[in-house]
Amino acid sequence: MITIIDYEAGNLRSVQRACHRVGVESVVTADPAAVEKAERIIFPGVGAATSAVDTLRERKLDEALKYAFNQGIPILGICLGAQIILEFTEEDDRQCLGLVKGVCKRFEPEDRSLKVPHMGWNGVNVVQPHPLLESVENGDEFYFVHSYYPCPTDTSNIYGVTEYGLEFCSVVGKRNLFATQFHIEKSGQFGLSILERFCNWDGTI
Amino acid sequence: MLSKRLVVCLDVREGKLAKSVKFVDTRDIGDPVSKAREYYEDGLDELVFYDITASSDERNIMIDVVEKVAEQVFIPFSVGGGIRSIDDATKLRMAGAEKVNVNSAAVKRPELIAECAHALGNQSTILSMDIKRVDVSRVLPSGYEIVINGGRTDTGLDALQWALRGEELGAGELVVNSIDADGTRAGYELNLTRLIADAVSIPVIASGGAGKPEHLYDVLTEGGADAALVASMVHFGEYTCRELKEYLAGRGIKMRLGY
Repeated sequence: MITIIDYEAGNLRSVQRACHRVGVESVVTADPAAVEKAERIIFPGVGAATSAVDTLRERKLDEALKYAFNQGIPILGICLGAQIILEFTEEDDRQCLGLVKGVCKRFEPEDRSLKVPHMGWNGVNVVQPHPLLESVENGDEFYFVHSYYPCPTDTSNIYGVTEYGLEFCSVVGKRNLFATQFHIEKSGQFGLSILERFCNWDGTI
Repeated sequence: MLSKRLVVCLDVREGKLAKSVKFVDTRDIGDPVSKAREYYEDGLDELVFYDITASSDERNIMIDVVEKVAEQVFIPFSVGGGIRSIDDATKLRMAGAEKVNVNSAAVKRPELIAECAHALGNQSTILSMDIKRVDVSRVLPSGYEIVINGGRTDTGLDALQWALRGEELGAGELVVNSIDADGTRAGYELNLTRLIADAVSIPVIASGGAGKPEHLYDVLTEGGADAALVASMVHFGEYTCRELKEYLAGRGIKMRLGY
Protein backbone atom coordinates (compact mmCIF):
# COMPACT_ATOMS: atom_id res chain seq x y z
CA MET A 1 0.00 0.00 0.00
CA ILE A 2 1.36 3.38 -1.04
CA THR A 3 0.41 6.57 0.77
CA ILE A 4 0.28 9.56 -1.55
CA ILE A 5 0.61 12.86 0.26
CA ASP A 6 -2.21 15.24 -0.58
CA TYR A 7 -1.17 18.84 -0.53
CA GLU A 8 -3.20 19.77 -3.59
CA ALA A 9 -0.49 19.02 -6.10
CA GLY A 10 -1.86 18.82 -9.62
CA ASN A 11 -0.49 15.39 -10.47
CA LEU A 12 -1.97 13.44 -7.55
CA ARG A 13 -4.39 11.47 -9.66
CA SER A 14 -1.86 10.79 -12.41
CA VAL A 15 0.44 9.35 -9.76
CA GLN A 16 -2.40 7.26 -8.41
CA ARG A 17 -3.22 5.93 -11.87
CA ALA A 18 0.43 5.04 -12.42
CA CYS A 19 0.41 3.09 -9.13
CA HIS A 20 -2.70 1.29 -10.29
CA ARG A 21 -1.00 0.45 -13.56
CA VAL A 22 1.98 -1.18 -11.85
CA GLY A 23 -0.45 -3.15 -9.74
CA VAL A 24 -0.11 -1.53 -6.34
CA GLU A 25 -2.85 -0.05 -4.22
CA SER A 26 -2.59 3.55 -3.15
CA VAL A 27 -4.38 5.95 -0.88
CA VAL A 28 -4.34 9.75 -1.04
CA THR A 29 -4.23 11.43 2.34
CA ALA A 30 -3.71 14.78 4.03
CA ASP A 31 -3.66 13.22 7.49
CA PRO A 32 -0.22 13.50 9.17
CA ALA A 33 -0.93 10.46 11.37
CA ALA A 34 -1.53 8.33 8.28
CA VAL A 35 1.74 9.52 6.79
CA GLU A 36 3.68 8.61 9.94
CA LYS A 37 2.26 5.06 9.82
CA ALA A 38 2.66 4.57 6.07
CA GLU A 39 4.30 1.54 4.55
CA ARG A 40 5.74 3.68 1.75
CA ILE A 41 5.12 7.26 0.70
CA ILE A 42 4.93 9.18 -2.55
CA PHE A 43 5.46 12.89 -2.30
CA PRO A 44 4.27 14.26 -5.66
CA GLY A 45 4.32 17.82 -6.85
CA VAL A 46 3.57 20.28 -9.61
CA GLY A 47 3.29 24.02 -9.42
CA ALA A 48 4.55 26.71 -7.11
CA ALA A 49 6.86 25.88 -4.19
CA THR A 50 5.45 28.64 -1.99
CA SER A 51 1.88 27.41 -1.89
CA ALA A 52 3.11 23.82 -1.62
CA VAL A 53 5.27 24.56 1.42
CA ASP A 54 2.48 26.61 3.02
CA THR A 55 -0.06 23.84 2.51
CA LEU A 56 2.33 21.22 3.90
CA ARG A 57 2.89 23.31 7.03
CA GLU A 58 -0.79 24.12 7.51
CA ARG A 59 -1.61 20.43 7.40
CA LYS A 60 1.41 19.53 9.57
CA LEU A 61 2.54 17.24 6.80
CA ASP A 62 6.06 18.71 6.94
CA GLU A 63 6.64 17.27 10.41
CA ALA A 64 5.01 13.97 9.42
CA LEU A 65 7.34 13.65 6.43
CA LYS A 66 10.41 14.35 8.57
CA TYR A 67 9.22 11.75 11.05
CA ALA A 68 8.62 9.20 8.30
CA PHE A 69 12.05 9.90 6.83
CA ASN A 70 13.73 9.35 10.20
CA GLN A 71 11.76 6.13 10.69
CA GLY A 72 13.23 4.73 7.49
CA ILE A 73 9.93 4.57 5.57
CA PRO A 74 10.66 4.50 1.82
CA ILE A 75 9.76 7.89 0.31
CA LEU A 76 9.57 8.78 -3.38
CA GLY A 77 9.56 12.48 -4.29
CA ILE A 78 8.47 13.64 -7.74
CA CYS A 79 9.23 17.02 -9.37
CA LEU A 80 8.42 19.64 -6.72
CA GLY A 81 8.77 16.73 -4.31
CA ALA A 82 12.44 16.57 -5.30
CA GLN A 83 12.88 20.27 -4.53
CA ILE A 84 11.00 20.81 -1.27
CA ILE A 85 13.10 18.10 0.44
CA LEU A 86 16.10 20.45 0.28
CA GLU A 87 16.75 23.27 2.76
CA PHE A 88 15.86 26.26 0.66
CA THR A 89 14.48 27.30 -2.73
CA GLU A 90 15.18 30.46 -4.68
CA GLU A 91 11.51 30.36 -5.71
CA ASP A 92 10.17 33.20 -3.53
CA ASP A 93 13.17 32.53 -1.22
CA ARG A 94 11.43 29.88 0.85
CA GLN A 95 12.72 27.65 3.60
CA CYS A 96 11.91 24.03 2.74
CA LEU A 97 11.91 20.74 4.63
CA GLY A 98 15.68 20.30 4.88
CA LEU A 99 15.71 16.49 4.64
CA VAL A 100 18.66 16.83 2.27
CA LYS A 101 21.33 19.55 2.48
CA GLY A 102 21.23 21.97 -0.42
CA VAL A 103 19.15 24.53 -2.29
CA CYS A 104 16.97 24.82 -5.40
CA LYS A 105 18.12 27.23 -8.06
CA ARG A 106 16.36 28.78 -11.01
CA PHE A 107 17.45 28.02 -14.56
CA GLU A 108 19.12 31.08 -16.02
CA PRO A 109 20.51 29.83 -19.31
CA GLU A 110 22.93 32.11 -21.12
CA ASP A 111 21.82 30.53 -24.38
CA ARG A 112 18.57 32.36 -25.10
CA SER A 113 17.29 29.52 -27.24
CA LEU A 114 16.96 27.42 -24.05
CA LYS A 115 13.50 28.12 -22.75
CA VAL A 116 12.38 28.20 -19.12
CA PRO A 117 10.52 26.16 -17.93
CA HIS A 118 12.62 23.23 -19.05
CA MET A 119 9.76 21.25 -20.55
CA GLY A 120 9.88 18.05 -22.53
CA TRP A 121 11.87 14.84 -22.83
CA ASN A 122 15.49 14.86 -21.74
CA GLY A 123 18.16 12.27 -20.95
CA VAL A 124 19.33 11.18 -17.52
CA ASN A 125 22.82 9.88 -16.74
CA VAL A 126 23.17 7.73 -13.66
CA VAL A 127 26.22 8.91 -11.66
CA GLN A 128 26.09 6.32 -8.89
CA PRO A 129 24.17 3.07 -8.67
CA HIS A 130 20.84 2.93 -6.87
CA PRO A 131 18.38 0.03 -6.57
CA LEU A 132 15.61 2.16 -8.12
CA LEU A 133 17.76 3.07 -11.11
CA GLU A 134 18.75 -0.45 -12.10
CA SER A 135 16.55 -0.36 -15.19
CA VAL A 136 17.89 3.03 -16.32
CA GLU A 137 20.58 3.21 -18.96
CA ASN A 138 22.56 6.37 -19.51
CA GLY A 139 20.72 8.69 -21.86
CA ASP A 140 17.26 7.21 -21.23
CA GLU A 141 14.75 10.04 -21.58
CA PHE A 142 12.16 11.18 -19.06
CA TYR A 143 9.54 13.92 -19.05
CA PHE A 144 10.46 17.18 -17.29
CA VAL A 145 8.49 20.35 -16.51
CA HIS A 146 10.24 22.77 -14.16
CA SER A 147 11.91 26.14 -13.78
CA TYR A 148 13.97 25.34 -10.66
CA TYR A 149 16.34 22.44 -10.07
CA PRO A 150 17.78 20.76 -6.97
CA CYS A 151 21.42 21.36 -5.98
CA PRO A 152 22.33 19.01 -3.11
CA THR A 153 25.40 20.24 -1.21
CA ASP A 154 26.80 16.78 -0.78
CA THR A 155 27.53 15.04 -4.09
CA SER A 156 26.80 11.70 -2.42
CA ASN A 157 23.11 12.72 -2.63
CA ILE A 158 23.29 13.06 -6.43
CA TYR A 159 22.28 9.90 -8.29
CA GLY A 160 21.36 11.20 -11.73
CA VAL A 161 22.18 14.26 -13.81
CA THR A 162 20.69 15.95 -16.87
CA GLU A 163 22.03 18.52 -19.30
CA TYR A 164 20.14 21.73 -19.97
CA GLY A 165 22.53 24.62 -20.50
CA LEU A 166 24.31 23.21 -17.48
CA GLU A 167 24.48 19.81 -15.87
CA PHE A 168 21.93 19.67 -13.05
CA CYS A 169 20.94 17.04 -10.52
CA SER A 170 17.80 15.25 -11.74
CA VAL A 171 17.81 12.38 -9.22
CA VAL A 172 18.34 12.96 -5.50
CA GLY A 173 18.81 10.19 -2.96
CA LYS A 174 19.49 9.93 0.74
CA ARG A 175 18.99 6.67 2.62
CA ASN A 176 15.26 5.79 2.35
CA LEU A 177 14.45 8.95 0.40
CA PHE A 178 14.59 8.93 -3.41
CA ALA A 179 13.40 11.78 -5.60
CA THR A 180 13.28 12.54 -9.31
CA GLN A 181 12.97 15.97 -10.85
CA PHE A 182 11.27 14.34 -13.83
CA HIS A 183 7.73 12.97 -13.82
CA ILE A 184 7.91 9.20 -13.54
CA GLU A 185 4.12 9.10 -13.96
CA LYS A 186 4.37 10.75 -17.41
CA SER A 187 7.58 9.17 -18.69
CA GLY A 188 6.16 6.06 -20.30
CA GLN A 189 7.49 2.63 -19.42
CA PHE A 190 10.84 3.97 -18.18
CA GLY A 191 9.05 5.94 -15.49
CA LEU A 192 6.71 3.10 -14.58
CA SER A 193 9.73 0.80 -14.15
CA ILE A 194 11.17 3.11 -11.48
CA LEU A 195 7.78 3.21 -9.76
CA GLU A 196 7.53 -0.56 -9.86
CA ARG A 197 10.94 -0.87 -8.21
CA PHE A 198 9.95 1.64 -5.56
CA CYS A 199 6.91 -0.50 -4.72
CA ASN A 200 9.26 -3.34 -3.81
CA TRP A 201 12.07 -1.26 -2.25
CA ASP A 202 13.00 -1.74 1.39
CA GLY A 203 14.57 1.72 1.64
CA THR A 204 18.17 0.62 1.69
CA ILE A 205 20.75 1.48 -0.93
CA MET B 1 19.47 18.71 -24.40
CA LEU B 2 15.73 18.48 -24.82
CA SER B 3 14.46 16.30 -27.60
CA LYS B 4 12.11 17.64 -30.21
CA ARG B 5 8.63 16.21 -29.76
CA LEU B 6 6.31 14.31 -32.05
CA VAL B 7 2.72 15.17 -31.14
CA VAL B 8 -0.33 13.38 -32.52
CA CYS B 9 -3.67 15.14 -32.65
CA LEU B 10 -6.91 13.22 -32.22
CA ASP B 11 -10.14 15.00 -33.10
CA VAL B 12 -12.93 13.53 -31.03
CA ARG B 13 -16.59 13.90 -31.86
CA GLU B 14 -19.23 12.29 -29.67
CA GLY B 15 -16.56 10.08 -28.15
CA LYS B 16 -15.30 8.83 -31.52
CA LEU B 17 -12.21 9.71 -33.45
CA ALA B 18 -12.71 11.99 -36.45
CA LYS B 19 -10.27 13.50 -38.89
CA SER B 20 -11.17 16.87 -40.25
CA VAL B 21 -10.03 18.14 -43.60
CA LYS B 22 -9.88 21.90 -43.82
CA PHE B 23 -12.25 21.95 -40.88
CA VAL B 24 -15.18 20.68 -42.92
CA ASP B 25 -15.98 17.03 -43.78
CA THR B 26 -15.19 14.96 -40.78
CA ARG B 27 -15.24 11.21 -40.81
CA ASP B 28 -15.06 8.68 -38.02
CA ILE B 29 -11.87 6.67 -37.90
CA GLY B 30 -12.17 4.70 -34.71
CA ASP B 31 -11.93 4.67 -30.97
CA PRO B 32 -9.75 7.42 -29.49
CA VAL B 33 -8.73 5.43 -26.43
CA SER B 34 -7.33 2.47 -28.34
CA LYS B 35 -5.65 4.77 -30.86
CA ALA B 36 -4.05 6.76 -28.05
CA ARG B 37 -2.77 3.58 -26.50
CA GLU B 38 -1.41 2.33 -29.82
CA TYR B 39 0.56 5.57 -30.34
CA TYR B 40 1.79 5.57 -26.74
CA GLU B 41 3.14 2.05 -27.14
CA ASP B 42 4.75 3.09 -30.42
CA GLY B 43 6.82 5.77 -28.67
CA LEU B 44 4.75 8.90 -29.21
CA ASP B 45 5.92 11.87 -27.08
CA GLU B 46 2.65 13.70 -26.53
CA LEU B 47 -1.02 13.63 -27.49
CA VAL B 48 -3.54 16.37 -28.15
CA PHE B 49 -7.28 15.74 -28.11
CA TYR B 50 -9.63 18.23 -29.67
CA ASP B 51 -13.24 17.87 -28.68
CA ILE B 52 -15.16 18.91 -31.76
CA THR B 53 -18.47 18.10 -30.13
CA ALA B 54 -21.10 20.79 -30.00
CA SER B 55 -23.40 20.22 -27.03
CA SER B 56 -22.62 20.19 -23.34
CA ASP B 57 -24.12 16.71 -22.84
CA GLU B 58 -21.56 15.38 -25.23
CA ARG B 59 -18.78 17.09 -23.26
CA ASN B 60 -19.28 14.58 -20.49
CA ILE B 61 -18.46 11.89 -23.03
CA MET B 62 -15.13 13.68 -23.51
CA ILE B 63 -14.40 13.62 -19.78
CA ASP B 64 -15.01 9.89 -19.91
CA VAL B 65 -12.60 9.51 -22.86
CA VAL B 66 -9.96 11.53 -20.99
CA GLU B 67 -10.28 9.33 -17.90
CA LYS B 68 -9.94 6.16 -19.93
CA VAL B 69 -6.90 7.52 -21.77
CA ALA B 70 -5.28 8.57 -18.49
CA GLU B 71 -5.59 5.04 -17.15
CA GLN B 72 -3.62 3.63 -20.06
CA VAL B 73 -1.35 6.31 -21.43
CA PHE B 74 1.58 7.53 -19.35
CA ILE B 75 2.85 10.41 -21.43
CA PRO B 76 1.64 14.01 -21.31
CA PHE B 77 -1.55 14.81 -23.14
CA SER B 78 -3.67 17.89 -23.55
CA VAL B 79 -7.32 18.48 -24.31
CA GLY B 80 -8.85 21.37 -26.20
CA GLY B 81 -12.13 22.39 -27.77
CA GLY B 82 -14.91 24.17 -25.99
CA ILE B 83 -12.99 25.21 -22.87
CA ARG B 84 -14.69 28.41 -21.77
CA SER B 85 -14.07 28.54 -18.05
CA ILE B 86 -11.78 27.46 -15.27
CA ASP B 87 -14.41 24.94 -14.35
CA ASP B 88 -14.14 23.26 -17.79
CA ALA B 89 -10.34 23.30 -17.56
CA THR B 90 -10.20 21.93 -14.02
CA LYS B 91 -12.56 19.06 -14.85
CA LEU B 92 -10.31 17.97 -17.69
CA ARG B 93 -7.21 18.35 -15.53
CA MET B 94 -8.78 16.25 -12.81
CA ALA B 95 -9.82 13.65 -15.37
CA GLY B 96 -6.14 13.22 -16.19
CA ALA B 97 -5.19 15.72 -18.90
CA GLU B 98 -1.75 17.16 -18.27
CA LYS B 99 -2.54 20.36 -20.12
CA VAL B 100 -5.53 22.22 -21.51
CA ASN B 101 -5.78 24.00 -24.84
CA VAL B 102 -7.75 27.20 -25.07
CA ASN B 103 -8.64 28.72 -28.42
CA SER B 104 -11.81 30.55 -29.47
CA ALA B 105 -12.97 31.31 -25.95
CA ALA B 106 -9.62 32.95 -25.17
CA VAL B 107 -10.00 35.21 -28.20
CA LYS B 108 -13.39 36.31 -26.94
CA ARG B 109 -12.19 36.65 -23.34
CA PRO B 110 -8.36 36.78 -23.07
CA GLU B 111 -8.43 36.66 -19.25
CA LEU B 112 -9.26 32.96 -19.62
CA ILE B 113 -5.58 32.36 -20.38
CA ALA B 114 -4.49 34.08 -17.17
CA GLU B 115 -7.14 32.23 -15.18
CA CYS B 116 -6.00 28.84 -16.48
CA ALA B 117 -2.34 29.73 -15.90
CA HIS B 118 -3.13 30.73 -12.34
CA ALA B 119 -5.24 27.68 -11.55
CA LEU B 120 -3.26 25.00 -13.41
CA GLY B 121 0.15 26.61 -13.92
CA ASN B 122 1.67 28.08 -17.07
CA GLN B 123 3.07 24.72 -18.05
CA SER B 124 -0.45 23.31 -18.24
CA THR B 125 -1.94 26.16 -20.25
CA ILE B 126 -1.65 25.95 -24.03
CA LEU B 127 -2.91 28.64 -26.33
CA SER B 128 -4.01 27.16 -29.66
CA MET B 129 -4.24 29.53 -32.54
CA ASP B 130 -5.97 28.92 -35.87
CA ILE B 131 -4.34 31.25 -38.34
CA LYS B 132 -4.90 32.22 -41.94
CA ARG B 133 -2.80 34.19 -44.37
CA VAL B 134 -4.08 37.67 -45.25
CA ASP B 135 -2.79 40.78 -46.97
CA VAL B 136 -0.52 42.85 -44.77
CA SER B 137 -2.41 45.84 -43.45
CA ARG B 138 -2.25 48.35 -40.62
CA VAL B 139 -4.35 46.12 -38.33
CA LEU B 140 -2.78 42.87 -39.51
CA PRO B 141 0.90 43.82 -39.86
CA SER B 142 2.19 40.25 -39.78
CA GLY B 143 0.02 39.22 -42.71
CA TYR B 144 -1.60 36.52 -40.59
CA GLU B 145 -4.97 36.69 -38.90
CA ILE B 146 -6.48 34.69 -36.05
CA VAL B 147 -9.71 32.90 -37.00
CA ILE B 148 -12.07 31.12 -34.64
CA ASN B 149 -15.00 28.72 -34.57
CA GLY B 150 -13.18 26.13 -36.58
CA GLY B 151 -11.91 28.65 -39.10
CA ARG B 152 -15.31 30.09 -39.96
CA THR B 153 -15.02 33.46 -38.22
CA ASP B 154 -12.42 36.18 -38.79
CA THR B 155 -11.38 38.12 -35.71
CA GLY B 156 -9.32 41.04 -37.02
CA LEU B 157 -6.60 39.98 -34.57
CA ASP B 158 -3.03 39.90 -35.82
CA ALA B 159 -1.57 36.43 -35.22
CA LEU B 160 1.86 37.60 -34.08
CA GLN B 161 0.40 40.15 -31.67
CA TRP B 162 -2.00 37.56 -30.29
CA ALA B 163 0.84 35.07 -29.76
CA LEU B 164 2.79 37.66 -27.76
CA ARG B 165 -0.29 38.62 -25.79
CA GLY B 166 -0.97 34.97 -25.02
CA GLU B 167 2.55 34.53 -23.69
CA GLU B 168 2.20 37.65 -21.57
CA LEU B 169 -1.10 36.39 -20.14
CA GLY B 170 0.59 33.19 -19.02
CA ALA B 171 0.33 30.59 -21.78
CA GLY B 172 3.16 28.09 -21.36
CA GLU B 173 3.06 26.82 -24.92
CA LEU B 174 1.55 27.73 -28.28
CA VAL B 175 -0.03 25.63 -30.98
CA VAL B 176 0.40 27.39 -34.31
CA ASN B 177 -2.16 25.90 -36.68
CA SER B 178 -2.24 27.12 -40.24
CA ILE B 179 -5.69 26.66 -41.66
CA ASP B 180 -4.34 27.31 -45.14
CA ALA B 181 -2.06 24.30 -44.79
CA ASP B 182 -4.39 22.13 -42.69
CA GLY B 183 -5.52 19.06 -44.58
CA THR B 184 -3.42 19.84 -47.67
CA ARG B 185 -0.59 17.44 -46.73
CA ALA B 186 1.72 19.80 -48.62
CA GLY B 187 3.84 20.81 -45.65
CA TYR B 188 3.60 23.12 -42.64
CA GLU B 189 3.48 26.85 -43.15
CA LEU B 190 7.14 27.43 -42.32
CA ASN B 191 7.17 31.23 -42.49
CA LEU B 192 4.32 31.54 -40.02
CA THR B 193 5.86 29.02 -37.62
CA ARG B 194 9.26 30.72 -37.74
CA LEU B 195 7.73 34.18 -37.31
CA ILE B 196 6.04 33.15 -34.08
CA ALA B 197 8.78 30.85 -32.76
CA ASP B 198 11.34 33.65 -33.11
CA ALA B 199 9.13 36.17 -31.33
CA VAL B 200 8.11 34.22 -28.22
CA SER B 201 10.17 32.47 -25.55
CA ILE B 202 7.77 29.59 -24.96
CA PRO B 203 7.67 26.34 -26.96
CA VAL B 204 5.82 26.26 -30.26
CA ILE B 205 3.97 23.22 -31.58
CA ALA B 206 3.57 23.46 -35.36
CA SER B 207 0.29 22.19 -36.76
CA GLY B 208 -1.39 21.83 -40.12
CA GLY B 209 -0.11 20.49 -43.39
CA ALA B 210 2.06 17.49 -42.53
CA GLY B 211 2.00 14.86 -45.28
CA LYS B 212 5.56 13.55 -45.55
CA PRO B 213 8.36 12.98 -43.01
CA GLU B 214 10.40 15.77 -44.68
CA HIS B 215 7.71 18.24 -43.66
CA LEU B 216 8.38 17.46 -40.02
CA TYR B 217 12.10 17.88 -40.54
CA ASP B 218 11.55 21.25 -42.21
CA VAL B 219 9.33 22.66 -39.49
CA LEU B 220 11.62 21.49 -36.67
CA THR B 221 14.64 23.10 -38.36
CA GLU B 222 13.74 25.93 -40.73
CA GLY B 223 10.40 26.52 -39.01
CA GLY B 224 11.98 26.78 -35.55
CA ALA B 225 9.27 24.63 -33.91
CA ASP B 226 9.85 22.64 -30.72
CA ALA B 227 7.27 20.02 -31.63
CA ALA B 228 5.57 18.82 -34.80
CA LEU B 229 1.92 17.84 -34.70
CA VAL B 230 0.59 15.23 -37.10
CA ALA B 231 -2.78 13.55 -37.56
CA SER B 232 -3.74 11.85 -40.82
CA MET B 233 -0.15 10.75 -41.50
CA VAL B 234 -0.47 8.23 -38.70
CA HIS B 235 -4.23 7.72 -38.33
CA PHE B 236 -4.58 5.74 -41.53
CA GLY B 237 -1.50 3.63 -40.99
CA GLU B 238 0.61 5.32 -43.63
CA TYR B 239 3.40 5.98 -41.12
CA THR B 240 4.01 4.88 -37.55
CA CYS B 241 5.20 7.23 -34.81
CA ARG B 242 8.34 5.16 -34.53
CA GLU B 243 9.10 5.52 -38.25
CA LEU B 244 8.67 9.27 -38.14
CA LYS B 245 10.90 9.62 -35.10
CA GLU B 246 13.57 7.36 -36.54
CA TYR B 247 13.52 9.32 -39.78
CA LEU B 248 14.01 12.60 -37.91
CA ALA B 249 16.74 11.16 -35.71
CA GLY B 250 18.45 9.82 -38.83
CA ARG B 251 18.58 13.36 -40.15
CA GLY B 252 20.28 14.60 -37.00
CA ILE B 253 17.35 15.82 -34.92
CA LYS B 254 17.43 14.82 -31.26
CA MET B 255 14.40 12.59 -30.70
CA ARG B 256 13.46 10.23 -27.89
CA LEU B 257 14.01 6.77 -29.36
CA GLY B 258 14.31 4.51 -26.32
CA TYR B 259 11.19 3.80 -24.32
